[in-house]
Amino acid sequence: MVEGTAGMNLFEYLADPANWTGPGGIWNLLLQHLGYTVASVGLAAVIAIPLGIVIGHTGRGSFLVIGLSNAARAIPTLGLLVLVVLLLGTGIGPIIGVLAILALPPVLTATAAGIRGADHEAVHAARAIGMSEPQVVAKVEWPLALPLVISGLRSATLQVVATATVAAYSSGQGLGRLLITGNATRNYPEMFAGAFLVAVLAIVLDILLGGLGWLARRHASPGGRKMVHDPSKIPVDVVA
Amino acid sequence: MNLDWAWIERNLSMIGSLLVEHVILALVPVVIAFLIALPLGYLVSKTRRVANVFLAFIGIIYSIPSLALFVMMPMILGTQILNPVNIVVALSIYSTALLVRSVVDGLRSVPAPVKQSATAVGYGWLRRLFRVELPLAMPVIFAGLRVVIVSNIAIVSVAVLVGSGALGKLFDLGFASYFYTPIIVALVLMLALALIFDALILLIQRRTLPWLRERPA
Repeated sequence: MVEGTAGMNLFEYLADPANWTGPGGIWNLLLQHLGYTVASVGLAAVIAIPLGIVIGHTGRGSFLVIGLSNAARAIPTLGLLVLVVLLLGTGIGPIIGVLAILALPPVLTATAAGIRGADHEAVHAARAIGMSEPQVVAKVEWPLALPLVISGLRSATLQVVATATVAAYSSGQGLGRLLITGNATRNYPEMFAGAFLVAVLAIVLDILLGGLGWLARRHASPGGRKMVHDPSKIPVDVVA
Repeated sequence: MNLDWAWIERNLSMIGSLLVEHVILALVPVVIAFLIALPLGYLVSKTRRVANVFLAFIGIIYSIPSLALFVMMPMILGTQILNPVNIVVALSIYSTALLVRSVVDGLRSVPAPVKQSATAVGYGWLRRLFRVELPLAMPVIFAGLRVVIVSNIAIVSVAVLVGSGALGKLFDLGFASYFYTPIIVALVLMLALALIFDALILLIQRRTLPWLRERPA
């Protein structure tokens, strides 16, 4: 039982340089956490972006997108992770797999929505000047969809950074290790170090991807026109 | 696969109390957040520059992983780490962050001519807010509520890593002994809860906003 935290130096674990180095050190855990995140978001993107382009461009299978995006929120990540790890073993593969499953829906829905929402006049104009369908996708729809795709990657990354913490529970590594070990040994400063670093990592990645999205948005509408995600233009029937 | 369905029968009362605990931990924050987000969102929607700064700040709060927030709560609140108040407060913060966005988006989606007409026929600000702006903003707010409830139900289980977590405890139980039944029970119950509460909100929305029913889905 962790007793009252008053008077405890919360940063005591973070302040000790000995905790940062070595195989179980903070630097290593941070890199592992980042590795999980990049690998699983990358894996999800490789599957979800092409699929999202096809769905957005053809308009077929949008029921899949809507269903997925609703169901995904209800998935208890921890339960899924525990189940998969028990079934497939505690290697790094199952963990990346589960995290990728979580990252998939946001990327897929954002890509499909971005492609489908690409300015119709621009798409018609592209066809009118004789572009083939692949060209329409690559040269018109994709650049216009890019800001939304990035925002999908952004929410996927946030989710994965948060959930990768849980990976330590099933013998994985990453920053969650500090939380688990700290909880087991009733070392609150160690738990706090884990929580603090995960939060910082999440915020830093969020700001980075936010900046990338801003660049893509400027590229997609150089006139400074706000075309993508204007909250005042949310159509009522989308949410009803 | 290590399964034993009789386990469910033997532990029915425990599963029941975890289920009740789960519902309370997931729903109380939504109620708290709704009561905070409505006035806060209204105020934010009235400003321009401040609103964007505020919403960016809210976005940062939302990007803090839930587990990290659970761990930090005892420090902020001075509570014991096993106190369920930590989870309620942490989830309230999350839910508020999400709902304020929906309230602002919803209120901003009300067309200016509609608001001006309401004022022109003599509505004061309060009556205009409750009779015109809020009803028109409600679909967006309801969408936010659905997201909040469904994700809260999933997030509560993560709290098992800090010793709480209601139905999440069954994950722990199953994982510790390589026993699948409790894990599957918890997964199924949580998915069912999410579906039920999602449908419930949808039902309330249909009841309270009957004019939306005419629209094809």
